Amino acid sequence: MNQTTYLIAGSSHAAIEAVAAIRMVDPEGEVVMATADQRLPYSPTILPYVVSGRTSPETATLRGAAWLEANRVRFLAASPIAEVQPDQRQVRMADGAVWRYERLLLATGARPALPPIAGLAAQPHHVLRTVEDALALQAAIAGARQAVILGAGLVGLHAAETMRKAGLGVTVIEQKSQVLPGYFDGEASRMIEKAFRDHGIEMVMGETAAAVEAQDDKGFRLQLAGGGERAGDLLLIAAGVRPVTDFLAGSGVDLGQGVLVDARMRTSVPNVWAAGDVAQADRFLDGVKAMAGILPNAVEQGRIAGADMAGDSAVKPFPGSVPLNTFAYFGNHAISVGALDEAGAVIETHAGDGCYIRLVIAEGRLRGISAINHVVDAGLMWQLILRRIDLAPVLQDFLARPHEIGRVLMSRLWR
Amino acid sequence: MGNAFNTITFDKGRCDGCGDCMTVCAKLPGSAGRSRLSVIVAPDRSDFELAICRQCGQPKCVMNCPAGALAKGEQDGIVRWEGAKCVGCLLCTVGCRYGGIVPHAEARQMSKCDQCEGDPACVTVCKSGALSFNRAGALYNRVGNLEDLFAPGLSACQGCNSELLIRHTLRHVGPETVVATPPGCIAGMGAVGYNGQTGTKVPVFHPLLTNTASMLTGIRRTYKRRGRDVTALALAGDGGVVDVGFQSLSGAAERGEELLFICVDNEGYMNTGMQRSGSTSYGSWTSTTPVGKRMHGKSRDSKDMPLMMMMHRCEYVATASLGFMDDYYAKLDKAIAAAKRGMAYIHVYAPCPTGWRFPSSATIETCRKSVETNFVTLWEYTPDAGLRFTRPVDNPIPVEEYLRLFGKYRHLSPEQVTHIRQTTVDKVKHLKMHARAAEEARQANDVPLKGE
Ligand SMILES: Cc1cc2nc3c(=O)[nH]c(=O)nc-3n(C[C@H](O)[C@H](O)[C@H](O)COP(=O)(O)OP(=O)(O)OC[C@H]3O[C@@H](n4cnc5c(N)ncnc54)[C@H](O)[C@@H]3O)c2cc1C
Repeated sequence: MNQTTYLIAGSSHAAIEAVAAIRMVDPEGEVVMATADQRLPYSPTILPYVVSGRTSPETATLRGAAWLEANRVRFLAASPIAEVQPDQRQVRMADGAVWRYERLLLATGARPALPPIAGLAAQPHHVLRTVEDALALQAAIAGARQAVILGAGLVGLHAAETMRKAGLGVTVIEQKSQVLPGYFDGEASRMIEKAFRDHGIEMVMGETAAAVEAQDDKGFRLQLAGGGERAGDLLLIAAGVRPVTDFLAGSGVDLGQGVLVDARMRTSVPNVWAAGDVAQADRFLDGVKAMAGILPNAVEQGRIAGADMAGDSAVKPFPGSVPLNTFAYFGNHAISVGALDEAGAVIETHAGDGCYIRLVIAEGRLRGISAINHVVDAGLMWQLILRRIDLAPVLQDFLARPHEIGRVLMSRLWR
Repeated sequence: MGNAFNTITFDKGRCDGCGDCMTVCAKLPGSAGRSRLSVIVAPDRSDFELAICRQCGQPKCVMNCPAGALAKGEQDGIVRWEGAKCVGCLLCTVGCRYGGIVPHAEARQMSKCDQCEGDPACVTVCKSGALSFNRAGALYNRVGNLEDLFAPGLSACQGCNSELLIRHTLRHVGPETVVATPPGCIAGMGAVGYNGQTGTKVPVFHPLLTNTASMLTGIRRTYKRRGRDVTALALAGDGGVVDVGFQSLSGAAERGEELLFICVDNEGYMNTGMQRSGSTSYGSWTSTTPVGKRMHGKSRDSKDMPLMMMMHRCEYVATASLGFMDDYYAKLDKAIAAAKRGMAYIHVYAPCPTGWRFPSSATIETCRKSVETNFVTLWEYTPDAGLRFTRPVDNPIPVEEYLRLFGKYRHLSPEQVTHIRQTTVDKVKHLKMHARAAEEARQANDVPLKGE
């Protein structure tokens, strides 16, 4: 019988930080990291840069063999968990091996969501979540002429830029009326969208794909719900993600959209924690349990889960997820932290010269900031939001110079 | 022992906003044209703040980097960036809460402070002295590799900095030492030991409060006679120095006995229930200077013990605060050497969480504030060079910022605060008089006479 003190399912951000946190208080307990990946730990976030050739799978390891060894992690590659049996405190791997655990972390992340499009199963298409996906997409770009991308989120837009720069014709189809929904308001997203149009990318907003069928030998024809159609020879689905929870069927672990967790990342079942893209934890801004799907959140949750698993008495509960992102496109840079709007909030925007900034203030506290081509310390703003710092004494200065005043507040309020 | 790291520190009281640090930083190859530290003017233009990489212990920029392009150096603690791995996603800026990362969005990369790999250019160029490179980390590492001459497990109160003091001091002074710990917290927390076992790995004894200096004198002389060069070290509280032990100490100083005498001044008899001593500061609540209708804490000013020792013309006299370890170490070195020739006296100001009423996590912070407000001044004296400030604070922050840290001052009336403010200013003025005299003598090449 295989057994271990800590069993970590997954090998990405949440998993890595959990191990680091465990090792802060428990240098000796056995740690086994079982993952679906064939490779050493890497982050899905680098994949767009693998596709564009900026980095390679070999360079872009998140943590290497030396780290695993230094942290005494037994690493089981290509060992996805197929079933969890909490009553026996054991899991069954896809290859049939059974592992007993004292504490289990589910950090299995997410995989691309496939929208309901008639004929999609039969039609070759790309997604982007693993190194294998990235290499396949990269190869396809080299031989393609016209790409259609479903989804104008970070993944879709990044791919659109890469493909355009590689000389392809590119069409982006987005169900919502704007790009990067949830991160940028209408005005900012129009600026971003325009940059893509200006580079010759077709941006079809407020439209969905209804059906797809093969055309010629390697092409396809996509029917749009609104009546139009697009032809192409490279189809990329970048329409969001869904958590990897199928192996939890029958386990008794409570699921909402993802694995429901409390502020210490504990699931409904004893000795089982969940963190990262797979988990559904509180949102900071409204306290609703929701999926977050971003890296900084996976890092925070992983740390908390690991600390709690190891019995670290100093563990600080999760304050809730805050939407955060940075996005570079065609020489521009956009950043977003927190809310875009809120009932009763004061909204201050400045635009001009290809720059944009939007501040959302409620009851004298920062709730959100988003900006294009402005230097903003995202992590610092995140703290201002989480700490609910009263900005009233400096509000006018802050609205005029959020970057500088943010730094002054930082120097005085935390070190 | 784990690794400690050097840090770039910023004393905003000295910054004049000249911006030379940023100019020089921006020209460095690793900066790609943008300074990696920034001095910011406060909104009311009253002072300056600094944003710079803190080389965090658990750096969130590293955790948030998806490409493994950032890593913290195990030996020197510098968080380094590897350009070849960076993909330019700027998620590091999301991790950093200190404004320590400079994005170069157009180039899809970032830059951050690397302490110029041990010799920061910003510090070199800073004329005002606002930026300094604190090498205490290197000190910790050096001393950490020496044998800890104290038994593990002390029963000091949480947050008491005496343990820090004892362990570092003993490591530094080394095994050829005999320690005297008169009654007080240091003896009480386990230095003299339990059940027939001593708390130190060097000989330790427990003199009376009154005769510490005399007994140590005998020990030093005896060993000397036998041809052994043993450091005679006293770790005494302020009660055993300023009050009851004063007579024997004054005598030993007058005779020039070769002792290393360290006074750990927590302003009272803390281990017996927080009674006031001659060193208790004005206005302090103690169990014998309570706060009620008639009494409002201590009504007398404290004795200035280090100044009195200076007046004895000891071989070496210094004040210290454990918020400034590098300063303490430099002084300890000199004191150890001086104790081979005569009396070396170090007065360590030691905030007491239990007796002064502040959170045990805030000790070092209170040490810093004590110096930044000039409530405590750091200086040293030798008969040759006179008095010299080792960490002058020219623009102190208001002393109220220090007073408000402690429960023992909570009751202070505005008049009492005014009194403290005034005595703080007077004390510094008096010390400056000595420092100026020493400086003038140096310039006139008229070195003050050693001894009589
Ligand atoms: C192309 C792309 C770009 C992105 N860009 C950004 C960005 O710019 N900013 C941002 O904040 N976020 C971005 N993200 C999201 C970010 O990568 C994720 O939020 C983050 O990786 C989540 O980490 P995680 O540890 O929760 O899960 P994942 O990174 O999804 O890792 C899941 C791990 O679990 C393993 N696993 C899966 N199933 C099993 C199983 N049954 N048993 C065992 N192991 C299993 C997988 O092999 C993998 O190791 C991007 C994601 C993608 C795909």
